[in-house]
Amino acid sequence: MIELRDVRKAFGKNNVLRGVDVKVARGESLVIIGGSGTGKSVMLKCVLGLVRPDSGTILLDGKDIRLAKGDEYLARFGMLFQNAALFDSLNVWQNVAFRLLRGPSKRPKRKAREIALEKLRRVGLGPETADLYPSELSGGMRKRVGLARAIATEPEIIFFDEPTTGLDPIMAGVINDLIREIVKEMGATAITITHDMASVRAIADMVAMLHAGVIKWIGPVREMDTAPDPFLRQFIEGNAEGPIKALR
Amino acid sequence: MKALASLFATVGRSTLAMCAAIGQVAIFCSITLSHVIRPPFYIREFLSALLTIGYFSLPVVGLTTLFTGGALALQIYSGGSRFNAEAVVPQIIAIGIVRELGPVLTGLMVAGRVSASIAAEVGTMKVTEQIDALVTLSVNPMKYLAVPRVLAATVALPMLAAVGNVIGIMGGYLVGVARLDFSAAVYLRNSWNFLEAADIYSGLVKAAVFGFIVALMGCYHGMSSDRGASGVGRATTNAVVSSSILILASNYLLTELFF
Ligand SMILES: Nc1ncnc2c1ncn2[C@@H]1O[C@H](COP(=O)(O)OP(=O)(O)OP(=O)(O)O)[C@@H](O)[C@H]1O
Ligand SMILES: [Mg+2]
Repeated sequence: MIELRDVRKAFGKNNVLRGVDVKVARGESLVIIGGSGTGKSVMLKCVLGLVRPDSGTILLDGKDIRLAKGDEYLARFGMLFQNAALFDSLNVWQNVAFRLLRGPSKRPKRKAREIALEKLRRVGLGPETADLYPSELSGGMRKRVGLARAIATEPEIIFFDEPTTGLDPIMAGVINDLIREIVKEMGATAITITHDMASVRAIADMVAMLHAGVIKWIGPVREMDTAPDPFLRQFIEGNAEGPIKALR
Repeated sequence: MKALASLFATVGRSTLAMCAAIGQVAIFCSITLSHVIRPPFYIREFLSALLTIGYFSLPVVGLTTLFTGGALALQIYSGGSRFNAEAVVPQIIAIGIVRELGPVLTGLMVAGRVSASIAAEVGTMKVTEQIDALVTLSVNPMKYLAVPRVLAATVALPMLAAVGNVIGIMGGYLVGVARLDFSAAVYLRNSWNFLEAADIYSGLVKAAVFGFIVALMGCYHGMSSDRGASGVGRATTNAVVSSSILILASNYLLTELFF
């Protein structure tokens, strides 16, 4: 469904993506792992058109996304940003219902609020949070509001940039289950970035490891533990020693 | 030889950088204008911008023009008395405030207040990825952020300037009557009869242009803000400096035009 072919992106001298090839099928959940600063977030932003790749093609349903119409294209996506990116000037429920309050999927305010409350409930936030402002929330609560916003219109493709960082283990489990549920029940296609190996095992159908600007390893999650790739092994086991150099 | 080359290189680099900046502002400006006429329109954003830019600037503008009108009355009196023309105070104040100082002071004060706050707000939205989030939620940031603010400032500034004009003339009037022994009725009559409609219009047109500049610079610098808090700080400073300079430059050009 989504395919990246030889996607490259540099910021000045910083060669972030150096030819990324990856494919996600419809209804599949891909998890991307990789060191901090290897360009995982940049990769998702390339697909959303927020960052323009220097070269390479990105295909959605076999069609080059550069030919797609912006609004229709983006309406198919939901995105949870790494730092949630909630709108400071709007309260929680208006953030969640942002897309339900304007544009083609606009509906009456009451209805939009109802849906927002339902989505908030699914990420473990009660109705008392609905009228708070983002500045009044904790980091983990913000993340969950961002998550609720990403799934509010039930898009077919959802990107989660580190959905469980900053959450306690129980809440992380709830969110993992939720993502799994969304993929299973709604048939959504999901790409998740995470550093949390428990999350990887809970969410993933496929796992891809990004290192040094390329996909070093990609395969089904059940093969992850037996794969011999030394980069992957070091990452999964969390070793300081190995082919990936950690500066000290 | 080498020093000379590096001198040329420096001059060339900064000239190029300036041309690039002018080009970017021009592009930004034309994109904003192209979105003004195309739906969707965000009325709520426009109204709330009108409130923050217009209404909340009233105290600043009122105080500035009040004191300036008062000071001007004293200066013109002392200057005029050198050739026995003290009586001309009301007329000079009226024309000076309405054609020049009212709009320019309003523009500069609003540049400090509004373009800084727009740049800080939009810049923060940029660095915290809120602008990216707008895009993924199918809202065009130019339409949602820039257009309402630019329109609101263009509408609000003439109104602010009009209020500023009245208060500035009042400042002159208060000083004239209380300190300089003008008769209240004569002062007001002289001010009013002297002014022509063109004086007032030209001042208000200027104010509208200044409003456009202020909001445009705030949005432009906010949206092109670098990452991090220091990026937002720089964006804020640049917005105030560039809008002040552009206001004064365009003020000269517009005055030449209406002359
Ligand atoms: N807009 C940008 N301008 C310049 N450099 C950028 C920009 N966005 C990202 N980068 C750089 O690209 C690199 C990859 O960033 P990215 O945010 O994708 O990392 P990441 O893999 O998501 O890391 P993390 O796991 O810490 O979130 C970093 O070196 C970053 O400095
Ligand atoms: Mg990231």
